[in-house]
Amino acid sequence: MALPPAIIDLEQLKGHPAIARLLAADSVAVEGVKFDRDEMTIYVTRDSIRNACALLREDPNCPFNYLSDITCVDWYPQEPRFEVVYHLLSIPRKERVRLKVKLDGSSPALESVTSVWPGADYFEREVFDLFGVRFAGHPYLRRLLMPEDWEGHPLRKDYPVEGYR
Amino acid sequence: MAHLNPTLTADPGQDRTMILNMGPQHPSTHGVLRVLLEIDGETIVRIMPDIGYLHTGIEKTCEAKFYQQVVPLTDRIDYLCPLTNNLCYVLAVEKLLGLEIPPKAQWMRVLLNELTRINSHLVWLGTHALDIGAMTVFLYCFREREDVLRMFEMVSGQRMMTSYFRVGGLALEPPLGFFDKVRDFARRFPQRVDEYENLLTGNPIWMMRTKGVARITAEDAIALGTSGPTLRGSGVDFDLRRDMPYSGYENFKFQVPVAQEGDVFARYICRVRELRESINIVRQALDGMPEGPIKADAPKVVLPDREKMKTQMEALIYHFKIITEGFAVPEGEVYQAVESPRGEMGYYVVSDGTAKPYRVHMRAACLANLQALPKMCEGRLIADVVAAIGSIDIVLGEIDR
Repeated sequence: MALPPAIIDLEQLKGHPAIARLLAADSVAVEGVKFDRDEMTIYVTRDSIRNACALLREDPNCPFNYLSDITCVDWYPQEPRFEVVYHLLSIPRKERVRLKVKLDGSSPALESVTSVWPGADYFEREVFDLFGVRFAGHPYLRRLLMPEDWEGHPLRKDYPVEGYR
Repeated sequence: MAHLNPTLTADPGQDRTMILNMGPQHPSTHGVLRVLLEIDGETIVRIMPDIGYLHTGIEKTCEAKFYQQVVPLTDRIDYLCPLTNNLCYVLAVEKLLGLEIPPKAQWMRVLLNELTRINSHLVWLGTHALDIGAMTVFLYCFREREDVLRMFEMVSGQRMMTSYFRVGGLALEPPLGFFDKVRDFARRFPQRVDEYENLLTGNPIWMMRTKGVARITAEDAIALGTSGPTLRGSGVDFDLRRDMPYSGYENFKFQVPVAQEGDVFARYICRVRELRESINIVRQALDGMPEGPIKADAPKVVLPDREKMKTQMEALIYHFKIITEGFAVPEGEVYQAVESPRGEMGYYVVSDGTAKPYRVHMRAACLANLQALPKMCEGRLIADVVAAIGSIDIVLGEIDR
């Protein structure tokens, strides 16, 4: 069960096409990288997530043209509290990459990627519904799974498993 | 919950459109899907699926369980392919742990996954044909499905909620006579697929109801995040089993059926061909089934055999510790995707180093596929919505989780 240690050195990983592409663009700020268990994670700043997705989608060499999933992890009570996680897939290259954005707990909000992938619609609504993260520019940001008049966001860590009674 | 207001016309006295509520109890919505339709006569102007009626908060429940206790929960997500969900979850945890799985367990997993795909596609084919008006196919499909469910009962003791895969291998050795039964089924099944195809593929009514209906282009299918037969029906040749193999799929030879038209018929033909490919994989798994253990050699993670537990002190201690305290998983995160009968089923598991997962997220193939419904149906007739919903093969348990 010996796992190789995670690589978090940007210098070692900048040959990866997705990282090279993001570093070459001025509009995207890469905060960090991690290569662990054969999976590549790139941390980008809150303001550049839409640009990062658009760049990776249009990349002629390695187009990450498919959005597999968007989800969120709540690290309560740590700050920055939320991590919004994007899983991208390159259908031609058969490769995955994970983008992450860290958000503060006070009023978590970031830009929607529905303009890059219309399929982000339900994923973002789900994250909004269950974590209370707002996506600016989403065409219909309403609760997806919980009832419209529900109070609280159930997947936050400070929300009890059995709910409020 | 969704709301839909009629599109405003220039003259408010003349409402051309009306809102029609389809579901959540409509039989053709395969569960509790509610679809809001804005219609102009019989033509659909806008359509909005409304989901959440089956939301059970499984992702939240997972955070309160030990890693091994999550396996039965994964059955309940998609009740038509429980073993695919079991597999995806255990693969994710095994990747977090860095466990090596013995070949026999891997091949059993492949064999059972393909049987699950057959089971799921049979339910889809039966109900889809029923929705469109072909009654007989339903009875035929459920006849074969019963055989598959009996095999599941043989290995796991359960027909539907199998929970047969465990972190590190399988729960039990497959019972005596199981392989003979599967071989017998694999011999009979291709003729049965011919029977379904005789009823449907060349049938003029079936073709009129499905050809050219609910079209979606390859660009839209990718942009909307569809996967599985919904994506391959639009001409995108991508299958996780072949392109990003897991659990030993790289050892099997099979075709990935692709159709170009992107309509209901294309998705139908993809799935029916997949039935044949699946039984082909089952046959290869039977022929090449390796001998050896069914559990990984990891005493801190895998429960010991009953026999050892009763004779060896050490095994008893490990058993006690795993049951009472679970097993700690090193910190990290993985995203593991498998090709479920409906498309890309993904598990994103985050560990904080304790015995309970910090976060488990399921990427439901149907949730993304359902987003393609408006694109497929707008501008078409109400009756086509029924065909379109059937053709994307939705399971609401997976969508709502």
